[in-house]
Amino acid sequence: MDSISGIEIYPVISLLIFFTFFVALFWWVFTAKKDYIKKMSNIPLDNENETLL
Amino acid sequence: MEMQQFYYDNKIVKKFLYATMFWGLIGMLVGLLLAFLFLFPNLTDGISWLSFGRLRPLHTNAVIFAFVGNAIFAGVYYSSQRLLKARMFSDALSNFNFWGWQLIIVGAAITLPLGFSSSKEYAELEWPFDIAIALVWVAFGWNLIGTILRRRQRHLYVAIWFYIATFVTVAVLHIFNSLAVPVSAFKSYSVYAGVQDALVQWWYGHNAVAFFLTTPFLGLMYYFVPKAANRPVYSYRLSIVHFWSLIFIYIWAGPHHLLYTALPEWAQNLGVAFSIMLLMPSWGGMINGLLTLRGAWDKVRTDPVLKFMVVAITGYGMATFEGPMLSLKNVNAIAHYTDWIIAHVHVGALAWNGFLAFGMIYWLIPRLTKSKLYSNGLANLHFWIGTLGIIMYALPLYVAGFTQASMWKQFNPDGTLVYGNFLETVTEIMPMYWMRAIGGTLYITGMIVLIYNVVQTIRKGSEVTDELAESPALQRVSKKRVAGEHWHSWLERRPIQLTIGATIAILIGGIIQIVPTIMVKSNIPTITSVKPYTPLELEGRDLYIREGCVGCHSQMIRPFRDEVERYGEFSKAGEFVYDHPFLWGSKRTGPDLHRIGGKYSDNWHFNHMYDPQSTSSGSIMPAYKWLITTELDKSNTETKMRAMVNLGVPYSDEEIANAQQHMAEQGEKIEKNLYADPDFVESYEADKQSSGADFIEMRNREIVAVIAYLQRLGTDIKIQDLETTQN
Repeated sequence: MDSISGIEIYPVISLLIFFTFFVALFWWVFTAKKDYIKKMSNIPLDNENETLL
Repeated sequence: MEMQQFYYDNKIVKKFLYATMFWGLIGMLVGLLLAFLFLFPNLTDGISWLSFGRLRPLHTNAVIFAFVGNAIFAGVYYSSQRLLKARMFSDALSNFNFWGWQLIIVGAAITLPLGFSSSKEYAELEWPFDIAIALVWVAFGWNLIGTILRRRQRHLYVAIWFYIATFVTVAVLHIFNSLAVPVSAFKSYSVYAGVQDALVQWWYGHNAVAFFLTTPFLGLMYYFVPKAANRPVYSYRLSIVHFWSLIFIYIWAGPHHLLYTALPEWAQNLGVAFSIMLLMPSWGGMINGLLTLRGAWDKVRTDPVLKFMVVAITGYGMATFEGPMLSLKNVNAIAHYTDWIIAHVHVGALAWNGFLAFGMIYWLIPRLTKSKLYSNGLANLHFWIGTLGIIMYALPLYVAGFTQASMWKQFNPDGTLVYGNFLETVTEIMPMYWMRAIGGTLYITGMIVLIYNVVQTIRKGSEVTDELAESPALQRVSKKRVAGEHWHSWLERRPIQLTIGATIAILIGGIIQIVPTIMVKSNIPTITSVKPYTPLELEGRDLYIREGCVGCHSQMIRPFRDEVERYGEFSKAGEFVYDHPFLWGSKRTGPDLHRIGGKYSDNWHFNHMYDPQSTSSGSIMPAYKWLITTELDKSNTETKMRAMVNLGVPYSDEEIANAQQHMAEQGEKIEKNLYADPDFVESYEADKQSSGADFIEMRNREIVAVIAYLQRLGTDIKIQDLETTQN
């Protein structure tokens, strides 16, 4: 693989992309508003006519 | 706000549920037959289409794609409509998805036992089916994405993300792993050879586990566990982190199936590192599923649906803890090729996939038929015999795997192997195979109880009809982020961008591992003495593929002292450059065959195929009598060689033109060798006298090609030749 010129930069770039992505993801996840999270997690439960006879 | 009325399509869910139960039973019964073939190897003696090697891919494909596949579709079609508040995009596509999938399964159930196999694990179906699978899969994705675009719920719940990732990734995996050059209607050669084929295959194979058996079922977990417990998921925040980290990390882990093989070291290490990281998202998901039941554990005691789900999620946790452990090189050195792996995958299949599917079935059927479950008692009975079945299945195989690996590796003080005869290590674990068969029987009994319970529920319930629902239409909002909206919640309402994001996440791992191995020559050192197979050996290799020998015999000697002592010089990457497809195998029910060439006489192979127990007392290999009587089909040999030329195998035009003659000569030589055995001469001559005009000369029979191939295996290099390794 060393034969490809400039290949050293690829792992560095991919690491940076993902590091940034996951840092941003965690940042958002921990700062997201409680109301919003509650609304989202209740999506499966707000179907009315599914109760058993 | 204007309310819109529409109907959920319940009939398609019903169809997929029925198919799940039907194919589940069939797939498990085939598995049970295989378990009994370990105990009674001659149970189906003489029936080629019921032999172990041909049924093994049928079992794995039936359970993965027919049982779990139909369960995925049933769950996805039910939950997506409700999560998106919309009927499926197109009834025609739904039905095309259903009938297309069932036809492929029927096709698999016919062609796999007939020996039409590409031999690549979980992708054994031949090229026409690969095309059909791609079409049906695209119909499924089109239908799903169409529904998402017509939704009445602005934000996409996390289950939908898992479905999207499943669709995209399975499509990518299937297409790249199935790339092959067709030779005839049901025969093709993988475009990759040897090491590259192995890497692509296990990138596929591992991610079939990841994106067919795991991500869609995690989506189902995120929908059905909250529904059954009637409370929201424990942590929606955790589910977001779970999703992104799982899909990103999973795709890199494939090489852990190839540790200590001829795969380049850097790829092995990358696979190990990511496999260990995988523990975090997997357990994050497991904890999220289990803790959804916080404060509802009293319900778990009484509700069979929740019981099944708890064991399913626990099984997921166990299997995903074990997976990273098995990826450690020192653990893998023991576990690989043994029944430990069989135990591992069955904890995943029986507990995680099986029990989650059962929980979903018990929850859905009463709701679809507007009635109550026929018998909670029977569902509880199913739960207990199923759980006992899983334990009885898995525990003995852990013991078997560990015992056998330890026996393989034991040395006497004088440097010889304690158990030099492979069969001793098989005989030792026969009691474990018995217990496994009993465990499997229990599990299937549970499945039959489920089917009875469901049939009775349907009989007393009302007919399944489409369900009326209402929801306000979705108001248009800006495509851009609105004030105060965070980027991820924007992403959650932008399905296309979400799909692209998920695709990028899964492509990076695949590209980084696979492209260099294929493109960069230095990763596969070539060996000058390695030559293409002769035409007869090539035909023999195709028979080896047809009979599924790879299901029980590896062709990959790892660089361990015991393996080199037992089998011979360890395998080199350069030895496999003409192997389209690779045949390294993943399980050693019998010994490795990579250096079998020249080890035994032609007569030994002949007698061994006719009656394995006659040459190897106590062997559990079935007899292959049909190889000895059937005429070898040589009509495609030239086409096969030309296909190989297209893939880079250096056959000259002259070699192709002389293929028939070459085959006749090599066949004659083997026939002559066989005459060394007086018993052979006697029965063969007697057969010749009685058959008359229909008599097929030995040199033209299949067995001769198989012997030619086996005698060639691993003979291309001698130790001193290694000096010529290039690059």
